[in-house]
Formats: sequence, structure tokens, C-alpha cells
Amino acid sequence: MQTLLFLILFPILVACLLLFVKQTTLRYAVVALSALAIGGASIYLLIQYAFEGAVYFAAPSEAAGLVMVAIEMGLALFIVYMGAKFKNYLAIALAVIQAALVVYLEISFPENLHAVHNLFIDQFSIIMALIVGLIGSLIAVYAVRYMETYHHHHPEVRDRQKMFFFVIFAFLAAMFGLVFSNNLMWLFFFWEVTTISSFLLIGYSETEEATKNAFRALVMNLLGGVAFVVALIILAATEPTSGGIDLARVLTSPDAAVILIPAVLIGFAGITKAALMPFSSWLLGAMVAPTPVSALLHSSTMVKAGVYILVRFSPVFAGTFAGFSVGLVGAVTFVVASAIAISQSDAKSVLAYSTIANLGLIAACAGVGTYMLVWAAILLIIFHAVAKSLLFLGTGAIEHRTGSRNIEDMEGLIVRMPKMAVMMFIGIAGMFLAPFGMLISKWAAIEAFVQVPFGLVFIAILAYGSAVTVFFWAKWMGKLVTVTRNQERVEKGFFEESWAPLYIITGLVIAAVLLFPVISSTLIEPYVLAIYGVTALLPQANVAIMLLMMALLLVLPVSFLLFKRSAKRLPVYMGGRPSTPDLHFAGSLGMTREVQTQNYYLTEYFGEARLFRPGAVVCIILILASWVLAGVAL
Amino acid sequence: MTWTWLIGAVLFLILAPVAGGLIAGIDRRITARMQGRVGPPLLQPFYDVGKLFEKENVVVTTAQNFYVLAYLIFIALSGALFFAGGDLLLIVFAFTLAHVFLVLGAYAVHSPYSHIGAERELIQLMAYEPMVILAAVGLYMVTNSFYVADIATTTIPAILYLPGVFLGFATILTIKLRKSPFDISTSHHAHQEIVKGITTEFSGSTLAQVEIAHWYENVFLLGFIFLFFAWNPIIGVAAVVVTYVAEIFIDNVTARVRWQAVLKSGWLAAVLALANLAILSYMMLGGV
Repeated sequence: MQTLLFLILFPILVACLLLFVKQTTLRYAVVALSALAIGGASIYLLIQYAFEGAVYFAAPSEAAGLVMVAIEMGLALFIVYMGAKFKNYLAIALAVIQAALVVYLEISFPENLHAVHNLFIDQFSIIMALIVGLIGSLIAVYAVRYMETYHHHHPEVRDRQKMFFFVIFAFLAAMFGLVFSNNLMWLFFFWEVTTISSFLLIGYSETEEATKNAFRALVMNLLGGVAFVVALIILAATEPTSGGIDLARVLTSPDAAVILIPAVLIGFAGITKAALMPFSSWLLGAMVAPTPVSALLHSSTMVKAGVYILVRFSPVFAGTFAGFSVGLVGAVTFVVASAIAISQSDAKSVLAYSTIANLGLIAACAGVGTYMLVWAAILLIIFHAVAKSLLFLGTGAIEHRTGSRNIEDMEGLIVRMPKMAVMMFIGIAGMFLAPFGMLISKWAAIEAFVQVPFGLVFIAILAYGSAVTVFFWAKWMGKLVTVTRNQERVEKGFFEESWAPLYIITGLVIAAVLLFPVISSTLIEPYVLAIYGVTALLPQANVAIMLLMMALLLVLPVSFLLFKRSAKRLPVYMGGRPSTPDLHFAGSLGMTREVQTQNYYLTEYFGEARLFRPGAVVCIILILASWVLAGVAL
Repeated sequence: MTWTWLIGAVLFLILAPVAGGLIAGIDRRITARMQGRVGPPLLQPFYDVGKLFEKENVVVTTAQNFYVLAYLIFIALSGALFFAGGDLLLIVFAFTLAHVFLVLGAYAVHSPYSHIGAERELIQLMAYEPMVILAAVGLYMVTNSFYVADIATTTIPAILYLPGVFLGFATILTIKLRKSPFDISTSHHAHQEIVKGITTEFSGSTLAQVEIAHWYENVFLLGFIFLFFAWNPIIGVAAVVVTYVAEIFIDNVTARVRWQAVLKSGWLAAVLALANLAILSYMMLGGV
């Protein structure tokens, strides 16, 4: 239990310490050392509990509970203050409603608010802790140098780095708390802390847009928070059969109909936090924040909390129409967000839409909730976290060096920033190509949906969705590998230290592919087995083939040695006109003209304007349907 | 543990280029006859490729050789997996990987013609991918296995359960065989408005590799067609022949369409397949 407490409390300590560190070098040292400690502790956690199954801890309840309620009220007051300051009354209203509901819960059911075990750990929590502990802290390390450069580039933004790093580490602490809590009251507390943290980080630059988007994120997440408290009230009121606020008891409750309503409400909170449609706009708005924040929100914290809770409750969803409906919200989000990603040229926008799409896919798996789908969902969470964090951090580094994060401007990155381009290449490959992770999960999901009644709907959505996914990733990849001429390398000059996290995460993307059979057999399969009594097994032959493909991919670059410089080089074909290697050709009247190439964005067909509204409407209907269906089941 | 799967893979790797080249030769003869010409000798495709290997090594950028080699290797690997009786979905995804390499090769050269070809190739990929996945799912629903080895040895006449899926697959087969009206990214015929599209900047042995990869892929595709009729090998082979001749016919009587039409056709083919599968799963639920 010490490791768990360490992982929750140590980041808070570091956060407080960072409030007093002004100098960048010193901050770097503190952050790097703490990252080492947090990463080390999460690996130790893996060694300690990987083979133990679910372990529960009593943990002090009374004092901690009181502190949490006090902080919750403090946060509510803070929201009211901020809401008043920026005249956002909706946020105030939601915060007040939520606080009132919490007070009502505390007063009405004081005897039902005790869990025997407040903390716990199982394989799924270990996986989440590893993601937070390794990727989250690497992002924090990257952020130190990034923020220094950021303020260099943006002198107009007030330097609030002390607050920034305080929030980052508080965020990590909250994420650890969230995945270790067995007491749903605790879980809710950490849930709210992540909401406020993201609010503060998104609004960091204090521009009008940033403030607006921060409030949008806040309002949407508070909406989920209200649903969460209502679920807690229902659970507390039905304590004898539902299991009250004890997560383990709730999940194993014999009265499936009673817990379905709170499960759907908590699932709704998960949908808001995971930015599924119609709530996807908060995650897109969050792009205004400095890039490390996006990396953090998208890969290891926040949205992952949303899908974490959905996957946790998927045994409750399994086989119910309400769960099917929740799954459909995810599936529709997957296909619509993937399609919109085609029309985006801003790298961060593409990444955001792809995150939303993948979270949708995870939610689809969790909502339908058969054992194989839960297996696929957890695998998706892992692979998405590593690949997406790499892509965000890479985009941030590229933006700092080249001054643009438009994909069109990344043309020829392989020439200008070869190392960066290779890392981005690996990250993108990780998102959609065999034998990399995301694809394994999609494949597993298709095989699993075939066996589900009405699973054909999901198969159809997956089939179209993955086709669309290939399109938008491949054209980005193409831009990266375009060999442009007469351009200089601009890789140097970016702070050397920032590269270390990038290298490590690149290594993690590859390691995740090579080690995934081990990850699956030691962590995911036992977890699925413990809950469902059966587990998904990968056919050995297929694993071998995947590894063979990976090995081939790693060896293939050696072929560059085969075709050494012997070949004659010619400029490209330009309709027979004399041309130069940097895409100029001799036009009429002796003029030299330039040719430019641009990707297809097909905005007319896949634009936001065209697709977002229908997608959001369908998802709202499905969410309402999930509530009705849960009610009917009762 | 039997090693028969390995035999299938090795036979494919050795024989598929021969078979693919012969099919290309027959294709050109039939096409010529349909156009009232005599046509080239049967072995012309081999002469062509052989000649390409003797050409001077000319590149725009060295990287293009790498991507095309990767394309060839992964096409061959995926096809080998198919004939080894592997998992159909994995094979489909491996093919996607191979095609992405070809597209990257076209991007790498940074040429206007191959750039347009690459974009169109990606649109083609997007057009046919849903249908290919649904075809695999359809065969699973009938035979209860994703493994080619099981599907190929089934005694169930899959085609009777999957007529819509088959028609859909035949539609996207036109895209994959690079035949009119869907040959938007590159074409066998010399009337392309984008020169040779995706292969514009590939020459000599690199172009030869693209051609050989295409032969490999065609043999795989015909193998896929065979799966629908696998319960009776004779009908199966006949169906493959008829389908291919029909594709040649369509190639000769249609003109190239715009990319929108390709995308719509591919996706509508998948809708047709979906309707088929929906009826099928309804029947299975009803215990029929």
C-alpha cells in the first residue's frame, strides 16, 4: 500500500515544492528527479502487484474523507469565483448544483458512505498507473524546456510557470488517485480534481479564446460531474443491494438492474471526460493550451480517466441494451471524428480528432463489454497513450523549430529534421499500421464484434472508420517523407534536453509492439479472466507473424545500403519541360515557374461543418436512449 | 504440427510471379482481341519486366527504391500468408501496409504527377477497404473461421449465402486490378491524364518491382474470389476465370470516372455487402 500512497502523495509534494521554484535549471532538476521517482515507483508497483490479482487496502477513511469534502467545497467556491470573474454563469450554476448534491449526499446517507476498502490495485490499475507514471512524467520533463521556449516565443503571455507545474503534478496525483480508488467518493473527488486541473491548464495563456475554451471544458466536465454525483446518490440510497460506494461491491452486485442506472450515469460522466460526441468540442478547444498540456490531456490523463471508468463498468454494461447504446455513442464518434480528421490540416487538430475517434472506439468496446472487447479496449488504451504522446510532443518540437504546425509545412521534414521525422513516422505508424498496436486492437475488436448479437453495426462502423483512418494518416506520413531539395537542416538549436523524453517514448512505441504478447499475458488476460472467467487468447501463429512483420520493418531500412549513390539522379517529370530538383520548371516566355504539391482535404465531403452536427445529434439521441433503456431495464 | 502451410507460402512466392505474368499476358491478348487487334505474344509481360531490369538505374531520390522494395516485400509476404492459410483480417491489414509503402514512395519523389497519383491511390484505398473487411467478415459468418485454411476447405457453398458480398467484392476488384472505370491512380493503358500517376517517377528495376508486386497481388485477389466457391474447386476455378474475363470486359467498355465516383462505388459496394450480412445474421438468429 505504501507504493500506492507514495504515487498519490509524492506528486502533490513535488507540486507544492514547484510553487517555489523560479529558475528553469532548478525546475528541470526537480521535475526530472521526481519523474524518475514516479516512473520508478510505477515500475516497482508493476513488479510488486503484477501477479497478485486484485488487492484491497483499508486506508484511513475518516480524516481523508473530510479533507476531500473540504477541498471539493473549496474547488466549488473557486469555480464560482472564476465564473463570476468571467461572467460564465452556467459554470457557477453547475458547480453550485454539484456542491449541493454532494452536501445532500453527505447529510442524507452518512451511514452508507463508508467503503471497507478505500484503495485497491489490480492489473488494469497497474496498466493505468504505468501510463500515468511513465508517459505523464516524461511529458512533465519535456514541458520544462518547452515552457521556457514558449515564453520566449510568446512574450505577451504572463509567466505563470510555477502555477503551471503545480497543476501538472497535482493532475498526475489525481490520476493515480483515480485509478487506485475503490471508494467511489474518493474516485469522484479525484475526478473533480482532474476537471479543475484541465480548466487551469487550458486557460493558461489567459487570452480570450483560451479562457472561453477553458470554460467550455469546465462546463462539459461539470455536467458529467453532476451525473456522477447523482449516480453516487442512487448507489448510496440502494446500498444493501447495489453495494453503495464500494466499487468492487458495485461491480459484483447481484442486482444488475439496480446498478445499471448509476453505471449509465457514471458512463455519461466518462463520455463527457473522454470527449465523445457531442462533447468533443472541449478537447478540440483545449488545443489553445501549450502543447505539453495537449499531450498530457490526450495520452495519459483526463480523457484516459473517462475511458478508464467506462472500461471498469463494462461488465455491468455487457449484454444490456443500455450498454449497447453507450457503445454506439463511441462507435459513431469513432467514424465521424475519423472522417472529420481528413479535412484538417492543423497537425494538432488532426491529432485531436484522432484522439476523439480512438476514445470512441474504446468506448464502443467498453459499452458492448464482452471479454474480448475489454481485452481490446485495454490494449487500445496502452497503444494510444504511447503513440499519441509522441505525436503531440513531436508536433510541439516541430512548431518551435519551424514556426508552424500545419501539416503542409511539414513537407520535407525528413530533410530538415530527419530525427524528428523518423520519430513522427513511428508515432503515426503506431496509430494505424500493422503490426503496430492500434491495429492489433482494431483487428481484435472486429473479431470480437462478429460474435456479438447485432455486432454487425459495429463492424460496419469499424470497416468504414478504419478506411478513413488510413487516408488521413497516410497523407500526413507522405508529407513527412517527401524528399525536398535545397533545404537546410534546422534540427539543431532545439534544447537538447527535450529530446530525451521523445527518444524514450519512441522506444516505448516500438517496445509496446515487441512486448505486447507479454503485456497481454501478464496483465490484460489475467484481469479479463478475473472478471469474466474466460479470457481472450491470441493465436500464437498470429503473434509470430506480427513479430515477423515488425522485425522486417526494423531491418528494411538497412536496404538503403543496397542502393548506394551509384544511381543517376534526374529531376522530376514536369510535362516534358526542363525542370530543376526543387520543383521549378521553364514556363513560357522564359519564365521560371514553381510547382507546389498539396494534400487533399476533401472539405466539401468530410468537413467539420458538414459532419459534426449530424454526428452530435445521433450521439445525443443515443445517450438519451441509454438512459431510457437503463430505466426500462429496472 | 504440420508444415503444409509452409508449402503453400513457398509455392506462392515462387509460382505467383509466373502465374501473375501469364495472367497479364492473357489479359493483354484478350484486351487486344476485344479491340480488334492481334495483341502481343503471351510472354510479353515477362519480356517487358526483363527489359526493365536491364535499364540504367535512374532515380529522383534514393529513398524511392526503399519504399518500392518494402511494397514488394510486404505484398509478397501478405500473399504468402494467404496461401499459407493465415488469418484473413491480418492479411488484409498487411496488404494495407504494403500499399501505404507504395504511396510513400510516390510522395518521397516530390513530383506533381506522382503526388496526384499518390492521393488518388489513397482514395482508392479508402474506397475498397470497408468492402474487403466486410468480405472477410462475411466469410467468417458462413464458415465460422477467419483462417483461409478453414475457409478454403469448407463444404459450405459460401457464395449462396454471400451473393451481395461477392458482387460488392467484384466491384472493388476493379479498383484493385487497376482497371477502368476505377483506374484513377495509375493505369495499364497509355491514356492517363496524369501520365503514369503514382508510378510516374519509378523506372528501371524499381518499376519492374512494382509490376511484379502487382502480379503477386492479382494472384492473391483471384485466390480471394476462389474462397467464395471453395466448396467445389472446379466451380471455383471456373468462377475465377469468368470473373476475370468480366473485369477485362468492363475495363474495355468503360471510361475512367472521377474520384468521387470511385469512392461512392466502393462504399456503396460495402453497403450492398452489409445488407447481405444483415439478412444473413437475421437468418442465423432465427435459427434458419
